[in-house]
Amino acid sequence: MNDETLKTLQARALDVRRDVIRMVGVARSGHLASSLSLVDLLVYLYWQELRVRSEEPQWPERDRFVMGKRNGCPALYTVLAHRGFFPREELWNFRSLGGILQHHPHLRRTPGVDAPTGSSGLGLGLANGLALGMRKAALPSRVFCLVGDSELETGVFWESVGNSSRLDVRQLILLADCNVGDWSNVQGRRAVQSFESSFRVFGWDVFQVDGHSLSAMEEVFGKALADLSRPVAILVRTCLGKGVTLFEGGRWPHSNIAPGRDDVERALRELNDRGEDPEVR
Amino acid sequence: MNARDSRSVLDGFKDALLALAEGDDHLLFCELAPEPQGFQSFRERFPDRYVQGGFSEEDLVLTAAGLSLAGYRAVVGSTASFLVGKAYDQIRNVVALPRLPVCIAGMASGFSLGEEGAPFQMLEDLTLMRALPGLAVLVPCDYVSSYRLTMEACRCDGPAYLRLGGQKRVSVYDDGDARFAVGEGRLLREGDEVTLCACGIMVQEVLEAAEILSQQGLEPEVIDCYSVKPLPEQLILSSIRRTGCCVIAEEHGSSGGLSGALAELISQRCPVPLRYVTAGERFGQSGTTANLQEYYGLSYKEIVGAAAQAWAMRRR
Repeated sequence: MNDETLKTLQARALDVRRDVIRMVGVARSGHLASSLSLVDLLVYLYWQELRVRSEEPQWPERDRFVMGKRNGCPALYTVLAHRGFFPREELWNFRSLGGILQHHPHLRRTPGVDAPTGSSGLGLGLANGLALGMRKAALPSRVFCLVGDSELETGVFWESVGNSSRLDVRQLILLADCNVGDWSNVQGRRAVQSFESSFRVFGWDVFQVDGHSLSAMEEVFGKALADLSRPVAILVRTCLGKGVTLFEGGRWPHSNIAPGRDDVERALRELNDRGEDPEVR
Repeated sequence: MNARDSRSVLDGFKDALLALAEGDDHLLFCELAPEPQGFQSFRERFPDRYVQGGFSEEDLVLTAAGLSLAGYRAVVGSTASFLVGKAYDQIRNVVALPRLPVCIAGMASGFSLGEEGAPFQMLEDLTLMRALPGLAVLVPCDYVSSYRLTMEACRCDGPAYLRLGGQKRVSVYDDGDARFAVGEGRLLREGDEVTLCACGIMVQEVLEAAEILSQQGLEPEVIDCYSVKPLPEQLILSSIRRTGCCVIAEEHGSSGGLSGALAELISQRCPVPLRYVTAGERFGQSGTTANLQEYYGLSYKEIVGAAAQAWAMRRR
């Protein structure tokens, strides 16, 4: 990744973070910390990796993206809006009656959403079916499925992990957002390592990456996606609330408590200050 | 009508799948594990369109929904008690809510698996599936209706639930009868004094009860309500407006199945006395299917009694 691309993507991520805070602020509900942790990953995916066409959302050969981590939808919606799938103004109707942006990804309402998910743990099973269907239809599409670490603790998720190998699913990339924070966090590190060995037992290829380093993601995705003849899991290490001091490192009481007006303004001020010097990130 | 048939409801489903797959290369059949008397013929004839999941109903429904997202017509077949019971979350959130055209076939419903006991017997599926907005619920009663309703379920724009059960091999409809559609029912016998509505195995019991009632001087009208959702409202209402009373028979518990659906309709649009012939507010237990059906009161005898009571309660 050259410096120019890096800077453009960093600026993009900053813009996305601002809008994520604004949309959750306007809605007065939504999971802010979980969304902020996903911003860099989604920006990397939607501007560097995914083959999608915003002007033709149903393009048959597009890569599919399954959002298993429903709480991170504000980040996904903002990325889709910035990528041109729908007008940015829709973000201000997040979670409101009649809006196209539901708390959960809604197949029929939101352009750019390829799969529905509802309760936790359902994303990977859908992605298996999608990837199998893509193969049967001889389409080149890859299926990306993003799940949160809480989904790695549901039973149905592991049934699907086993089934990916059984169905001989290919072109499937599972992205597990592990909010372990700082890598010095021993407990988090152990959890990621145990997930890693669990995936290997089921015959998956497993990778790890720092979900806030665009250049690291470029490197790891390059390696991981080179051979998709087996299902691939990428454990993405992230920090809850990344980018805004107020929400980082467990300072915010709970992800589903939306910030009030003062907190929103404080967060936006902080991001604006960083915007003047993106390197600070 | 009412003759014995060498073919079962399940055979109708299997044959319809074969016929559908013959004409449409987008039809896929998904099941947990190959069953001994299962779908070998489908698997052998269309190996690319047969999907075997792991031993998890939840994951099987997810796989089918994913295949549907990829443009395929996925049909899921599995034992009703576990398919509906275990995978309800998946059916609700990723099939019914996004209106994916997945056909969910609950096999061996009701008391079909007699000896296996209560966990295997499904007497609540109509209630659960009927509660989901936009999901069609269909209950065939013989080979011909099963064949046709499978075809209909696989042509729906949205999701459908097929309730397949019944060990008795009877034929209610003639071969070649193709007048089946989602949202419709069938008037099987005309009469003016009591309306008998049924679905599944109880259609045949109702027809037998109608013979007896007729001999006793009470002329019943018989309706096969194979489309539990959407209901054939006009057919039912026009009948009860004439007869003024109704008996509903189903191999199901007494909460919310076909009887619940009809009670909701009739109480709001044309209130008349109703009687249910159901398994009641009970779980099943081990026993032969025939013994269980008799023990739980699912025979023509109870229908005859219920019809006399409903008729006596009519407004004069």
